[in-house]
Amino acid sequence: MSQPVVICRGVKKQFGNGGGAVQALRGIDVEINQGELFMLVGPSGCGKTTLISVIAGIINQTEGECRVLGESVSGMSSGDKAKFRARNLGFVFQAFNLLPALTAAENVALPLFILGESKKAAVTKAYDLLAQVGLKDRGKSLPAELSGGQQQRVAIARALIHEPKIIVCDEPTSAIDHVTGANVLEMMRTLSKDHGTTLIIVTHDNRIFPYADRMGEMDDGHIMAIHTPETTQGRHYA
Amino acid sequence: MIGVAIKMLMGDTGKYVGMIVGITFAALIMTQQPAILIGLLSRTYSLISDASYPDLWVMDPKVQAVDDVKPLQDTKLLRVRGIEGIRYAVPLYKGMLRARTPDGNFQNCSVIGLDDATLIGGPGNMVAGKLEDLRRADAVIIDVDGANKYLAQKLPDGTRVPLKVGDTLEINDKRAVLVGIARTTPTFGSLPLIYTTYKRTLAFAPQERLKLSFILAGLKPGVEAAPVIASINQYTGLTAYTAEQFKKVSVQYTIDNSGIVVSFGIVVMLGFIVGAATSGQVFYNFTQDNIKQFAALKAMGTSNGMLVKMVLAQAALVGISGWGIGIGLVSLLGLSIGPNGDFPFMMPWQVVALSGSGIVLIVIFAALLSIRKVVTLEPGVVFK
Repeated sequence: MSQPVVICRGVKKQFGNGGGAVQALRGIDVEINQGELFMLVGPSGCGKTTLISVIAGIINQTEGECRVLGESVSGMSSGDKAKFRARNLGFVFQAFNLLPALTAAENVALPLFILGESKKAAVTKAYDLLAQVGLKDRGKSLPAELSGGQQQRVAIARALIHEPKIIVCDEPTSAIDHVTGANVLEMMRTLSKDHGTTLIIVTHDNRIFPYADRMGEMDDGHIMAIHTPETTQGRHYA
Repeated sequence: MIGVAIKMLMGDTGKYVGMIVGITFAALIMTQQPAILIGLLSRTYSLISDASYPDLWVMDPKVQAVDDVKPLQDTKLLRVRGIEGIRYAVPLYKGMLRARTPDGNFQNCSVIGLDDATLIGGPGNMVAGKLEDLRRADAVIIDVDGANKYLAQKLPDGTRVPLKVGDTLEINDKRAVLVGIARTTPTFGSLPLIYTTYKRTLAFAPQERLKLSFILAGLKPGVEAAPVIASINQYTGLTAYTAEQFKKVSVQYTIDNSGIVVSFGIVVMLGFIVGAATSGQVFYNFTQDNIKQFAALKAMGTSNGMLVKMVLAQAALVGISGWGIGIGLVSLLGLSIGPNGDFPFMMPWQVVALSGSGIVLIVIFAALLSIRKVVTLEPGVVFK
């Protein structure tokens, strides 16, 4: 049995105070295992993005504990959190968030730049990753010269290049068509298995549910149930 | 990551150019205006600059500038010659006389009377004729601007016929013959400059009880100026300055008695404020427009310290580029004018350093706005 890389116990998150306070997470208990493709699903506003932000150490929970790779990220200083994210986490954002002035290869190499690796070594490794996502010949292209699917593949290569233990994906297929989305998910699953990486994917897209190992169904700040793809057939989240 | 920051900056060509234009404008104003001011102020001591030979200028203690002449008794010359350490002391006349040009017009001129024997204090850069020609009868030497512009004969169609060696004119109804033309530093008052001998100026000038304006003195070899100046003051009651001291005194007099520094200072301040406002605004907008990219970098683990370095690198590049272009444009202006042009211009290193300091302040101001933005940036916005 794989070891859990994320353990959340009684995690609550409140935004604001007083009458205008919003309770985004109302006591989350979840474990995510190493090498697992775990999806967080549920309607808009249910707390999915807040939960991955807490797991990634981008925001602190108000109550409870969340241990990632055995460490309590919320207890770290902001500098240590940044180092922790740089070393251990990869990100795939909904809007790709590629830097438009950098080439595809430079975008892929960004996490290595952040870790202080030399440009030459980082870009060489970026080309290897681009080859794995089928974009070897587009290394010098700017993001504006790539299609949505190609940009998302660049973003995936960027998330993998520094061999993080966990990759957090926020709606990775929402900006691309179904076929491309399916290809992207297939690729992510293959690459993550190859690299032994845990994937945590926030999504509304029920067409990619079959790629999950497990799914946490969220609603109103709670994880209502943990499903397998078989038990979520026909579910749809707006 | 600094390279990434620079690429981010240059990737937004419109804003990059906009910021550089703002900084260039500020650098241009903050360099060109002080250069003109210093050029103007340097003209207040043009006579001292052109008369580089004497070690000391001796004068009445009440004199506040080289144009503020307070005549001395002729006997003072002899007393200065008697001071220990003085190698020579010669008289210098400086006055304002009216000259009549060949076409019958009148023009006020600054007349300098040099010691008849040594001609010390005379112009060093002769364009036509020789300084020694002043020893000829009725001889005068006129500066280039005087010969070509102020004292030139004006024809009915408006063209000017410059004076040339051999031409005659009248100074205070006395005949004068032009024996030479000298290139001199332009004067603050833009008056033609006429050099002649000391004795001849006594003939040109109206009868006055005292006519000796300054005493030009030389020091014996190896003698320091300071103790001789003190002796001159103690034994003659006169004041003496080295050339550099007298230049400073003359400049200070102009600064104290005119609003010239305040006027130029206001323009420089406006250049600074406009440059800071435009560059700060555009730089802040650039950061704002790229806020999702900064958020993504922050989410991926870029520390606040590195983000600050990135913003500072962007601001520094803009500042150095804009300042360099601004200084380059001002230098081109200075080169096109030349050292003795009509337009006053002087750009010592202090002016370059001053404008550089101003640009550093602008860049820091612009960067601080953006640094505050990225440091307080919540990386979670990247998920929104």
